Amino acid sequence: MSASPPRLAFRQPSVIPGFGITLGLTLTWLGLIVLLPLSALFIKTSELTFERFIAIVTAPRTLHALQVSFGLSLAAALVNVVFGSIVVWVLVRYEFPLKKVADAIIDIPFALPTAVAGIALTALYAENGWIGSLLAPLGIQVSFTPLGILVALVFIGLPFVVRTVQPVLADLDKELEDAAASLGASRLQTLTRVVLPSVWPALLTGFALAFARAVGEYGSVIFIAGNLPGVSEIAPLLIVIRLEEFRYADATAIATVMLLASFVLLLIINRLQRWAEERGGRNA
Amino acid sequence: MSALDHVAASEGMPSALAQSRAYTGHGGRPVRTEPRWVRITLTAIALAFLFLFIGLPLVTVFYEAFRRGWAAYVAALVEPDALASIRLTLIVAAISVTANLLFGLVAAWSIAKFEFPGKSLLITLIDLPFSVSPVVAGLVYVLLFGAQGLFAAELAAWDIKIIFALPGIVLATIFVTFPFVARELIPLMQEQGTSEEEAAISLGASGLSTFFRVTLPNVKWALLYGVLLCNARAMGEFGAVSVVSGHVRGLTNTMPLHIEILYNEYQFVASFAVASLLALLALVTLIAKTILEHRLAEGDR
Repeated sequence: MSASPPRLAFRQPSVIPGFGITLGLTLTWLGLIVLLPLSALFIKTSELTFERFIAIVTAPRTLHALQVSFGLSLAAALVNVVFGSIVVWVLVRYEFPLKKVADAIIDIPFALPTAVAGIALTALYAENGWIGSLLAPLGIQVSFTPLGILVALVFIGLPFVVRTVQPVLADLDKELEDAAASLGASRLQTLTRVVLPSVWPALLTGFALAFARAVGEYGSVIFIAGNLPGVSEIAPLLIVIRLEEFRYADATAIATVMLLASFVLLLIINRLQRWAEERGGRNA
Repeated sequence: MSALDHVAASEGMPSALAQSRAYTGHGGRPVRTEPRWVRITLTAIALAFLFLFIGLPLVTVFYEAFRRGWAAYVAALVEPDALASIRLTLIVAAISVTANLLFGLVAAWSIAKFEFPGKSLLITLIDLPFSVSPVVAGLVYVLLFGAQGLFAAELAAWDIKIIFALPGIVLATIFVTFPFVARELIPLMQEQGTSEEEAAISLGASGLSTFFRVTLPNVKWALLYGVLLCNARAMGEFGAVSVVSGHVRGLTNTMPLHIEILYNEYQFVASFAVASLLALLALVTLIAKTILEHRLAEGDR
């Protein structure tokens, strides 16, 4: 029997003090900094008529900016899944010189400010840059084209894939691979039928995280993109442009679409993470 | 690893030898690795990719910054507008990191030390700013406090300026760095449970002294880790700050915004010089992070 009087069983009883005040402060601060500002976006959007909202969102320039943002984010996330998987595999399974350095620099895109990454990539891929000057004779232009956007999005997305898959692969029980091999599976069969199903949820989670990050990315993209409306203009930039033109309704409507997209992505990512954890639990 | 293992591995033979190695339990590595040429190719691809996409951009920052020599580099940094941007960045980071540090501790205490319904929703909401585009984060504050904003009349009546001023920059920065400290603390404190705190309380310690003498020492490295990441992001935030700052040179320009202005004015050396400071910060953050991760791993044991 509990010594405290029976109260609303909102939380389980505990001798530790401070629940009310810490939860109260947490909710207040969360409300003021995150929830109130985000709801301002929906309040402002609700001031638009539905027809106006649809007109803004389906305007050719808006549609194209959304298409560029979502399409190239998808492509960048796919590139990161392919090369990120190779990087993870090599880091977890092989020994080679400079392995520690290779492992450490993967977090650079997390830590390097996006504006710094943006100007560095632009300089690198400009026609007189180290990589740009090699590509120019081949007729490939990266800076100031959609390809440049892709490069920037691959840069910022890589750590999401690597850091999500790496711990899962490292924890993978190698005896399963032994068993498969001893039962006569070829190496390729072992990889596709034993290893891949185990890391698949983590791989998908990493893909979704990289995609979600890329969709909203601004700083690293705007320098290299060239920002040609209808060609290489991303949705976050269009929001900024509309804001600078004092077209608040337009900025708000586009931002609402972006925010709803991030909610959906967040939901998917949460599901994926739970799935990945269950998978991991079964393998452990 | 013996030479025989290598042969078994590189020939990829499903031989009795390889199988017997698999059954021995250890040293079974050869059966589950790829032929040598595959391993070399994959390693080369991975290293080339990392070099191309991460190594080169990092080197470029410093190369471009020192292109005109040390004197031009220093001149770009001691220029008044650059100094003003550095100062503003330090102020903004100091305020927002402190705010998120306090919030992180308070939130982690309520979430990790108590059981209540709706907890996972609360954690999701705390993580929410990570999935919001920085530009949208800046925009929502403009919609609240800007000239057309929901609170425009009130702010005008009290003569308070938030957008295009320091408070707006700080608020936007707090928003984008909101989850950093909390998300480092919550899982660790949940894992550590409540038994030590319960023991301290039942021995007569007050709640506060339990927190400072029992809980805080247990999470100090994770706390430092969160603060470090929070600080790096606070100093480097671009999109959200760009929307609310107004870009007043020498007044509301943080370092990333100053970098943008210089770059757009074709002052590349100056732009990369300021950028090199932030790149250095990123490197120091990563090194400290690596050391801390080591500590955290040891703490687990």
